[in-house]
Amino acid sequence: MENLKLELKAKIIENLNLEDIEVSDIKNTDALFGDGLGLDSIDALELIVMLDKDYGIKLSDPKQGKVIFESIDTMAAYISENKTK
Amino acid sequence: MKDCYINGIGCVSAQDSTVDSAIENYRVLTDRITHARKPNYRDYIKPAMIRRMSTGVKMGVVAASIAMKEAELENPDAIISGTGLGCSIDSDKFLKKIVDNNEQFLTPTAFIQSTHNTVGAQVALGLRCNAYNITYVHNALSFESAMLDAQLMISEGASNILFGGVDELGDYTTSLFDLIDHVKKGEVIENGILNSNTKGAIFSEGAQFFVLADNISDNSYAKFIDVAIYNVLPQNSIEEKLVQFLSVNNFEISDIDVVILGTNGDVNFDGIYSDLQESVFKSTQQICYKHLSGEYNTASGFGFWTACNILKNQLIPKNLMLNEIKNVPVKNILIYNQYRSENHSFTLLSSC
Repeated sequence: MENLKLELKAKIIENLNLEDIEVSDIKNTDALFGDGLGLDSIDALELIVMLDKDYGIKLSDPKQGKVIFESIDTMAAYISENKTK
Repeated sequence: MKDCYINGIGCVSAQDSTVDSAIENYRVLTDRITHARKPNYRDYIKPAMIRRMSTGVKMGVVAASIAMKEAELENPDAIISGTGLGCSIDSDKFLKKIVDNNEQFLTPTAFIQSTHNTVGAQVALGLRCNAYNITYVHNALSFESAMLDAQLMISEGASNILFGGVDELGDYTTSLFDLIDHVKKGEVIENGILNSNTKGAIFSEGAQFFVLADNISDNSYAKFIDVAIYNVLPQNSIEEKLVQFLSVNNFEISDIDVVILGTNGDVNFDGIYSDLQESVFKSTQQICYKHLSGEYNTASGFGFWTACNILKNQLIPKNLMLNEIKNVPVKNILIYNQYRSENHSFTLLSSC
């Protein structure tokens, strides 16, 4: 699980082009949206595509994203339970 | 046409043009492809906005910011941009993803940023400007098309127009120009392009923005007289059209103190310039700039920026000179540009 969390942090930084942010700057419990990392709705779409492409998870209900993308912890837990590749 | 003036200029290019407008300090480009010198983008753009911007957008926003600041203007009556290839880096990125991912898993960022009007849109967002905003895409006439629209808007009553041109180097797009020999061959062009005697040009990127106003100010660079554009112009009629353009504006060849040519070192097309150099402009001071800026669809914006600096400072750097004639003071400048024998433009500026 820890490896998955590190992998997610690296992918988020790369895919969302978060300049000046290192893996070590993101805490597992940090909010990804709003006051935390400050991601926005376009980033949410990028994350949905990342789940599909890299882990074979299709989010049928966009409202799920609000819970899944709350933090690295919640993302990692959801991916561990639902990944198909 | 109503009198109009250039009251602010901004330039991002292969030179340190955001911090040093002294052209005599600029280096002659010797690489076949040269990227722009990056200004400190964070001085001009909020960090949250930077991460989605490609080079072209960042260059455009910075050049526009500098021009607006120089003109002491907060909000223009219009933002008019020109670009030959638009945001080619994000276009390349988006198209590559389509192919690599078998038309699946397409993400929005590159698509959103890949449109040609992204630069004008981001400039407007930064300024919170809801005014007229348009982007002209017309190869080597893109910058001049924006300029022409700006001139028309001033003549219809607008007071301050922000206009400019921007083009960026996208790796894949540039490789296609390389493939069809539009880029010079060989790793390094030892003595610069002017004596290369080979086909093709050296490619680069840049953004130049200007504030065109209906009023003269203490900071005015030049009086803008007129611009004319021709998509197709047979070589034997260029001189005729040039004389006609000058005549419409009550000028003669002898009134032109300096002619700025778009000479780019392409042996197949520089003859168009040298024919004029040896005939109508035989007694005129001749200068060029693409050995310093490189070639890109809106590189004539660098020539326009150079003209503005010359008219304001009354200094012609030696590294621009094509002949020994010196006309001081410089009152009238004509800029002539074409690319590969197409998209010809004449632009006329005077000192204030």
